[in-house]
Amino acid sequence: MASQSEIVVRFAGEGGQGVVTAAEILARAASSVGYHGLTFATFPSQILGGPTWTQARLSRAPVLSPGDGLDILVAFNDYAYLEHRGEVREGGVILLDPSITPDASDTAHRCITVPFDELAKQTGESRAANMVVMGGLSRLVNIKLDLFKEFVSLRFAGREGVVEANHMALDLGFEHLAGEQAIADLGEPDKPDYDQLFIKGNEAISIGAMHAGIEFYIGYPISPATPILIFMERNLVGEGKVAVQASSEIESIAGLLGAGFAGKKTMTATSGPGFTLMGEGIGLGWMTEIPGVIVDVQRGGPATGLPTKTEQSDLLSALSPAHGDSRVPVIAPGTVEECFYAAVHAFNWAERYQGPVLLLSEHSLAERAQNIPKPDLSKVPVEGRITYGGDNGYLRYDASELSPMPSPGKPGAYIANGSEHDSYGDTTHLPSRHVQMTERRFSKLKLLDDGYYESETTSTQIAVFPWGASKGPVKEAYEMLRADGTDIGWYYTMFVSPMPSALVEELRSKDLVLVPELNYQGQMAMTLRSMGIKAEALTQYTGLPFNARILSQRIKDRIASPARASAVKA
Amino acid sequence: MSHKNPEYDFEWCPGCGDFGVRRALEVALRDRNAKNEQPMANSVVVAGIGCSGNLVHLLEGDQPYGFHGIHGRSLPIALGVKMASPELNVVVVAGDGDFLSIGMEHLAPQAGRNLNICAVVMDNGVYGLTKGQASPTTTSLTVTNSTPFGKIESPVNPLNLYLTLGVSYIASGYSSKPKELAQLIFDGMEHPGFSIVHVASPCTTYNDTYEVLKGSVKKGIQGTAWNIPADHDPSNVSQARAVIDEGGVPLGVVYKDTSRPSFDQQLDDLRSRTKQKTAGELLAAYDL
Repeated sequence: MASQSEIVVRFAGEGGQGVVTAAEILARAASSVGYHGLTFATFPSQILGGPTWTQARLSRAPVLSPGDGLDILVAFNDYAYLEHRGEVREGGVILLDPSITPDASDTAHRCITVPFDELAKQTGESRAANMVVMGGLSRLVNIKLDLFKEFVSLRFAGREGVVEANHMALDLGFEHLAGEQAIADLGEPDKPDYDQLFIKGNEAISIGAMHAGIEFYIGYPISPATPILIFMERNLVGEGKVAVQASSEIESIAGLLGAGFAGKKTMTATSGPGFTLMGEGIGLGWMTEIPGVIVDVQRGGPATGLPTKTEQSDLLSALSPAHGDSRVPVIAPGTVEECFYAAVHAFNWAERYQGPVLLLSEHSLAERAQNIPKPDLSKVPVEGRITYGGDNGYLRYDASELSPMPSPGKPGAYIANGSEHDSYGDTTHLPSRHVQMTERRFSKLKLLDDGYYESETTSTQIAVFPWGASKGPVKEAYEMLRADGTDIGWYYTMFVSPMPSALVEELRSKDLVLVPELNYQGQMAMTLRSMGIKAEALTQYTGLPFNARILSQRIKDRIASPARASAVKA
Repeated sequence: MSHKNPEYDFEWCPGCGDFGVRRALEVALRDRNAKNEQPMANSVVVAGIGCSGNLVHLLEGDQPYGFHGIHGRSLPIALGVKMASPELNVVVVAGDGDFLSIGMEHLAPQAGRNLNICAVVMDNGVYGLTKGQASPTTTSLTVTNSTPFGKIESPVNPLNLYLTLGVSYIASGYSSKPKELAQLIFDGMEHPGFSIVHVASPCTTYNDTYEVLKGSVKKGIQGTAWNIPADHDPSNVSQARAVIDEGGVPLGVVYKDTSRPSFDQQLDDLRSRTKQKTAGELLAAYDL
């Protein structure tokens, strides 16, 4: 196994023990010297303490998922050791805090006690315990210690004492594991020849919004969407820009519509519970034809559910968040990189069709830090709405399709009315008006057929079609299956609704479209079936992402079984 | 613009107090536009849902922009409009049910922000559009179709509530005195902060309180409406509380605090202290 060119390391302990930052430091350090790194985190919903773990997956090639088995576990307390050791692969290594007594009967793993804190104290910088760990890992996975030192020098540039202490910590950790055999050999990295970022999904969404020209942000704190609020409060400043912390998600959506009506590019971000509260307001946005981007960073539901775990169970609500006849556009990014482009596209769609657009992210993307190619902003187009610039006498809703939007302060007064309305915006109950306006609102969706999609091995009659952040593990499962000789195709898009029409046509031609998704009902599969696609879900609802190896086996079993799988439960 | 719009089929009942409020708002808007030399398009009327909210469709003459949203959410919609474009004159028109029941949660935040908008609340003490249910201001023991054995709850005292929450301009008016009401609304729009003009606006169909408000010499009824004396100092919070504690429906400016900066002034100040970064600069912070 020492020849394996990738590694998964998990850090487990108590909140506040540096567990949260450890995986990020490891992945960032590795990425900064040319490897590919990705983190996965799950926290208890409490401020301090509580069992916490994070993990980093490092590789010479780009990585798509948190990884399956564990190669190395770093356990900071007994509970963490007992809870996680079962997931460490045979032959894997467990680094233990001296407070833990390893199970002598465990012959499957190499257990090494490392006095993290004590060694850190020797450096004069007690917070350097993480670097002691990194030093040890450097030995175990054959990443040159100098590469970590280079990272430390950059990260703490200008603070010589801190750099020195952390370098010493790296040395101490490395020396402590002298004589230990490496578990993997990551070897020399192939440093990409393009610029890169190391960034989380929430941050990528926030910067995408900035590039798209956001002017007004309003939001209420809720896990795991809060980092977007914090980003906006800090960065959406200066002339003509506003970030407001709302008193509830109801205030968020109403405020968003007010600002959109006043001519601004707007966004709010929330998670399941807040998203549900926004339902009526999103319907108002559809009815009054006001642009705005609503981010739902999904977590486990319903109700308070699993605030710090991942799930893809808001799809049906996202497609129809409001009562009444509406179909709100949905874009669901599948990777941290896509979060950026999805945000820009969501703004472009909202401004183009004049209505609310949902950006459906999820916990595992929001908190995932990853190296991604740096977007070339000059190549990411930004759109604005068509505005009315005439003198007066304009009727906002006169046309049977999209029409220019007047701006308060300028000629073209109208009433944005949540009741069914006539061409000026006055309330009406005429059947012919409701027909005309309903058709007008739906007709605008035709403007959004510019979504793109991925396809591979298109000649097969069976295909996988993941959505959202399941893209990564499903892609890995698909590649395992292809390597195995399984006849299966690959389709993926982040444009969930409206879905690119060419993609829908292709999927309709398949005998079976397998949709691995993180919810009980198989929400995407249900949606695809309503579109005439023979879709079947492969569900998981553990609060955790798919394991690629297990999933590939499930797909293989399903293909082998002539009967319909029991995937559709609802 | 409904008077020339045959499609719009909503009408207030004859004698509805909201007619007077509409007239007062038209006058206040006209005067304000003249004073500030601004076109009507610079004003936005955000309406709640109910008989009162229909006012936005019934304004005559030059039309402001309107936003007739969803029940209870006129204040947060106004928040968005005002913060997006602080140069706009933003007026909320809502009823007691909309403003003080379903929309109550939005009062405290706007008071805390001192959001620079003017809310005109038409209080008829009943849900009129849904045909006569008890509202937050319906008095105890009143029989309505939703309180067939008399209302059990105590009514809210709106002026007391506004003062407690820190609303920085509080006025109380009466729909049958549109001239005085116009002045209160005008002052509210000119006030640099959150202003509420609470108006007794009777419902002739479900809660006809004209006689209660005005009184009747013939029947020996003392009216509940009374004029706040000219020597009242609205900047004095103790005097404001004394006016409210007097009971009945005081007419005039109850409270006015001009010492607090408005939310948009605070944001202006914040903007002058902060520098906007481009997306490129923000991206660079994540460079590997």
